[in-house]
Amino acid sequence: MATTKQSSSDWPARVYERLRQSGVTQVGYVPDAGHATLIAMAINDAEVTATMCTTEEESIAIATGAWLGGMRSAVLMQSSGVGNCINMLSLPVQTRTPLLMLVTMRGEWAEFNPWQVPMGQATQPALEAIGVQTVRVADPDAVEAAVAQAAMMAFEADQQVAVLISQKLLGAKQW
Amino acid sequence: MVTNEPGRMDRRQAVAQLVAERSDALIVTGLGSPSYDVHAAGDDDRNYYLWGAMGGAALVGLGLALAQPTRRVMVITGDGEQLMAYGALATIAVANPANLDVFVLDNEHYGETGMQMSHTSRGINLAAVAEASGFVETALFRRLDDVVELTQHRSWHDFTGPRLFVLKIHAEPTQRSLPPRDAVLIKNRFRARLGLEPN
Repeated sequence: MATTKQSSSDWPARVYERLRQSGVTQVGYVPDAGHATLIAMAINDAEVTATMCTTEEESIAIATGAWLGGMRSAVLMQSSGVGNCINMLSLPVQTRTPLLMLVTMRGEWAEFNPWQVPMGQATQPALEAIGVQTVRVADPDAVEAAVAQAAMMAFEADQQVAVLISQKLLGAKQW
Repeated sequence: MVTNEPGRMDRRQAVAQLVAERSDALIVTGLGSPSYDVHAAGDDDRNYYLWGAMGGAALVGLGLALAQPTRRVMVITGDGEQLMAYGALATIAVANPANLDVFVLDNEHYGETGMQMSHTSRGINLAAVAEASGFVETALFRRLDDVVELTQHRSWHDFTGPRLFVLKIHAEPTQRSLPPRDAVLIKNRFRARLGLEPN
C-alpha cells in the first residue's frame, strides 16, 4: 500500500516548518550535532536571521531583545548549554518575555561520555527551578506537535518553554 | 578608591550628552549605575532598563537591533557588565548589525558590590577587544569634550556599526536615580512605543 507518511527521521524539517508557521524569524544557536539540520535550515533561509553564539546564554538575551523589537525567536542548544543559561533565564522569566528553547539531550540514553551525564541529568530540574516549563519528547513523530504547542504557550501565553528532545532520537554518537 | 583622576569624565554628564543626542534611538542599559545614569538623564518609554541578567545588555541590544533594523539601538553599560560577556563582542561583530552602538562606562571598578577593581583597571581595553573582534568603529574617550564631539559629528546618526565606545569615567559614587523595577511594565511600555501589542 502506498503511503504518504513522512519518515520518522525527518523530524527536524517538520519542526522547522512549524517554527516558521509560528512566526519565528530569529534563531540563536551554538553549533550542535543534534540540531545540525535545523541550524542549516535557519542559516539558508533568507527570511530568518540566524545568530551564532559563543555560549548559550547569549541566545537567551538576544531572543529577549528580539521580542522587545517585535520578532519571535527560537533558541537551539544541547543540554550541556542549559547549564550556561541559568542566570540569563531570569531575564525572560522576570520580564515575562516569550521564550522557546529546543534542547537536544545528552547524558540520558546510550551515552558513552560520562562527562555529559551530570548536566544531562540536571537539565530538566535546573530549567524548572529557574521557572522554565519543560516538555520531553522521545518519539520522533511527536516532536512536531510538542514544538507547535510550546510555540503557542510561549508566544501566545507569554511563557518560557523548553522542549527537551531525547537522545533516543539523535542516535549514539559515532566515532 | 579612585576619585577625580585626570583623564576621566563625569558619568552623569557623559550619559546626559548621549541621551540628549539620541534622536529616536532605542536605549538598553546594563544593571547598576548605567541604568541609574540613563534614568537620571530623563525617563523615557524608549529606555529598556536592566536590573539583573548581568552580561545581557549588549546582547539584548543585538536582538533588538536585528528586530528593528530601521531604528538605532544604543546600549549603555558598565565595564564589569561587559567583561562578563566578553564573547558577546565576538557574537555582535559576526552578526554585524549596522544600527547597534555599545557604550561602556568604564570606571575600572564594580560599583554595586563595593568598588572592587575590574579587569579594565589591570590593562584590559574593551575598545581594543572590540576592534580586534571586528567592530566597524571603536574608540576610547577620556574627556567629556570627546563625547560631545562624537555626538556632533556628521556620522553620529548614521548606521555604520556595530560601534563600541569606551568612556573612562570617575569611580566616585553618584546619587542613585532608580528606574522602575517592574520588568513587565518596562517591557510593555517599550513595546507600546514601537506600536507592538503588550506582552
